[in-house]
Amino acid sequence: MSAEFDITETLDVKGASCPMPVVKTKSAADELAEGDVLEVLATDSGSMSDIEGWAAGTKGVELLDQETDGDVYKHYVRKTE
Amino acid sequence: MSTDTPDASADDAPTRAELAARVDELEDALSEVADDDGKKMSIIATKGTLDMAYPPLILASTAAAFGYEVTVFHTFWGLDILHEEHSKNLQLSSVGNPNMPVPNALAALPGMDRVTTSMMEKKIDDNDTATIEELLETSLDMGVEFQACQMTIELMDYDEDDFFDGVTTGVGAATAIQDMAEADIQLLV
Repeated sequence: MSAEFDITETLDVKGASCPMPVVKTKSAADELAEGDVLEVLATDSGSMSDIEGWAAGTKGVELLDQETDGDVYKHYVRKTE
Repeated sequence: MSTDTPDASADDAPTRAELAARVDELEDALSEVADDDGKKMSIIATKGTLDMAYPPLILASTAAAFGYEVTVFHTFWGLDILHEEHSKNLQLSSVGNPNMPVPNALAALPGMDRVTTSMMEKKIDDNDTATIEELLETSLDMGVEFQACQMTIELMDYDEDDFFDGVTTGVGAATAIQDMAEADIQLLV
């Protein structure tokens, strides 16, 4: 990964399906401090759209990047406040 | 018949000071509205079949993840979702459900609901879809308020202790209306 950010924590929700990737991402993000970056690993293909939508509609988080690595969808979310 | 045209310099036109005061008043009113950035969702859950238990719980937990303050008002068969014992045995029926691969004539046979329910439960398990109990507990952890309609509790002969810990009892339609009136999203499921 061409990371221009450091990952603070990784959340593995591989195998879980809707709504759990978003719900667990929110819970994990709540534990982080401003500036921290959360990496989310999911196998739910709906997570690409769902986490993007969640980040856009939620205060205090910013979606940095999303990528597909084989069967795994990777999401990078920064806590902004 | 009058041919008068409006006169902008009429004596009853508001003065500059009056207009400024009115603008201040409106700005204050607007800031009150703008400050209220807490988003709310209100769901009324009326169904207690396995398939119909999912939508309110999925939407409630997801809205909570978006920062919504969520209330789910459970009434009639929707109460079974909150019922500690009944929620483990929610059934799925093929009768009258053209999406199920079982003809109505067969689906109506004794025991068929149990068969279709087992099929669905297996699919849920194989697909790692969250169970009803998991979704309920997750939603409760996220601060979703689940309300059990008092009238239906009595109608169904349930006891207030039959429900999961954290479920609100002693509420009626007026509570639901109040929640809906304040909510940004209202859904009847």
